[in-house]
Amino acid sequence: MLLYTARRLVWTLVVIFCVLGITFLIFYKLPNGDPALRFAGKQPTASLLTEIHHRLGLDRPWYIQFGRYAKNFFLGDAYGWPGLGYSFSGNVAVLGQVVQRAPRTLMLIAGAAVMWLFSGVAIGVVSAVRRRSAVDRLTMGFALFGISTPVFWLGLMMLFIFWRRLGWTGGSGYVPIAQGFTAWFSHLILPWSALALLYAAFYARMTRNNLLETLGEDYIRTARAKGLSERRVILKHGLRSSLTPIVTMFGMDVALLVGGAIITESVFNLQGLGWLAINSAQAQDLPTLLGVVMLTAAAVAIMNLVVDILYAFIDPRVRYT
Amino acid sequence: MSQSELLLDVKGLTVRFPTTDGVVQAVSDVSFTLRRGETLGIVGESGSGKSVSNLAIMGLLNRARAQVSGEILFQGRDLLGLDRGELQRIRGKDIAMVFQDPFACLHPLYRVGNQIAEAGRAHGMPKQAANARAVELLDRVGIPNAKERARDYPHQYSGGMRQRAMIAMALVHNPAILICDEPTTALDVTVQAQIIELIEDVKREFDIGVILVTHDLGVVAEVANSVVVMYAGQIMEYGPARQIFDQPQHPYAWGLLDSMPTIERRLSALVPIEGSPPSLLAPPPGCPFHPRCTYRFAPCPVDRPPLVAPAPEAHLDACHLPWEDKARLGSARSVARLGDAA
Repeated sequence: MLLYTARRLVWTLVVIFCVLGITFLIFYKLPNGDPALRFAGKQPTASLLTEIHHRLGLDRPWYIQFGRYAKNFFLGDAYGWPGLGYSFSGNVAVLGQVVQRAPRTLMLIAGAAVMWLFSGVAIGVVSAVRRRSAVDRLTMGFALFGISTPVFWLGLMMLFIFWRRLGWTGGSGYVPIAQGFTAWFSHLILPWSALALLYAAFYARMTRNNLLETLGEDYIRTARAKGLSERRVILKHGLRSSLTPIVTMFGMDVALLVGGAIITESVFNLQGLGWLAINSAQAQDLPTLLGVVMLTAAAVAIMNLVVDILYAFIDPRVRYT
Repeated sequence: MSQSELLLDVKGLTVRFPTTDGVVQAVSDVSFTLRRGETLGIVGESGSGKSVSNLAIMGLLNRARAQVSGEILFQGRDLLGLDRGELQRIRGKDIAMVFQDPFACLHPLYRVGNQIAEAGRAHGMPKQAANARAVELLDRVGIPNAKERARDYPHQYSGGMRQRAMIAMALVHNPAILICDEPTTALDVTVQAQIIELIEDVKREFDIGVILVTHDLGVVAEVANSVVVMYAGQIMEYGPARQIFDQPQHPYAWGLLDSMPTIERRLSALVPIEGSPPSLLAPPPGCPFHPRCTYRFAPCPVDRPPLVAPAPEAHLDACHLPWEDKARLGSARSVARLGDAA
């Protein structure tokens, strides 16, 4: 197990390195404006541009630049670890920007993830147990609605109804938790719900289908033959087996969102990592964009590792060597 | 045998599954009894209603999808009249069941000992006592190092060990009836005999009645006290095991015996029953076996023969043939030809 974890960890680093190489090449080989022009002010002289090129390392061959970036990424640079370089547009270190934006995105994801996980699984269980009943049809109809409703429309409708019309919640924008729990919560509840709805719908469907499949297994009949109550049969014996694929999906979904729930962040003006990525893309601020992309890639790779290791605890048949 | 307690009295059990294609008549008017200390063998091919009958006794048929009628008297109480809670208290406590495929019947994610102890806790046994009982029974059914092996997961057990664990699970509450639904079908031949022997052992030790569903006639010949031969959801022949094998009365039973390999008979000498079992959606009128029966005559496609004893010395069968023919043709197929079985 330990050896397996170590080996997987090395592989995770290799994957991150490859992603870094590919993204670096794509971004730095793309034709775009000379970033030195931004730093040089309104009257750039040739010598100033050369000096800036030199300072940013842009006068070196791309592989030297890449080597430096990779070294900084894994070992850290003057601004901390992981070294993400210096922004082309903001005149700040990329890491600082990421650290500033990350809590907003992480708060959004964490709250939404809790909401969709519990509501999705609960709805899935209910509709599996009451299969073909009115409850099942209603919840599966809701799931279809959740899957097919675009977040930007749903988010705007929620803002319109619950904030403008009813005044039950806070409006758009992010309020740090330091300014009071209520204000923080009332500004996040709508983005959470909007983001969670889509995923809750997916999870409800998946739980329902997994559970229905599991309930047809022979060991469920054994559980009933023991004289267990139907509740225990479903929750202890049925749901347990159905949760394994859900854990996998949950890990990947959360990791992918780290790169920014871009639409949700935009609709609710949360200015998190997604917002940072969009802004830096528009400003051709490659180091910042690269920083966000690398963060997402690392999150996905690490979550993958975590899920694989968790599997050994969830399913005793899985033994890593 | 007849003095011991009557545990189970099934009368006119009928199970129908309404489907979109029509009503599947899985079990039709089946009656049999089981006494304490008796092993009742139920034989028949796949789809003959053996398993469904037993699931009906266990109350494991989905009540929304199966129409069950008749009477299943367990120690005098009609199980079909009980509500879900009452049935649940009997299931696993007074009537326990061992299933066909031990690879699929244990939950892959829980420890074997835990799953057996759960059967104890399901009927109010305290946790400590249930765990101790699980280890004790695993030891009793022949799992070496029972205390350690109880902490194993099912995938760490062999097929035979899993079936032993299933038997241990069934015995937790000293049930009155143990239903074994093809307990050896999924196992290696060498393990089959051990499992059958174990079932016989625990039957004696725990003083229970065993229903042994199988299509292995050799097993039935060896351990059953009485035998029910089923075909297309109906009982074709029912009587003491010795009589069924020495003096089979029904052409279907003759067919079964002729198609069974023994030490003396090579595969080429086996006589299969021609044709295939009828659809339970549209069973043939009259005797369900008549389309495949070489002895059929005028009444067979018209009247369904009742399950009666054709002569005072005979056992029950459902066949129109005159008793003289049955006696003559049946004794020619005496079980003596089966070699070791007797």
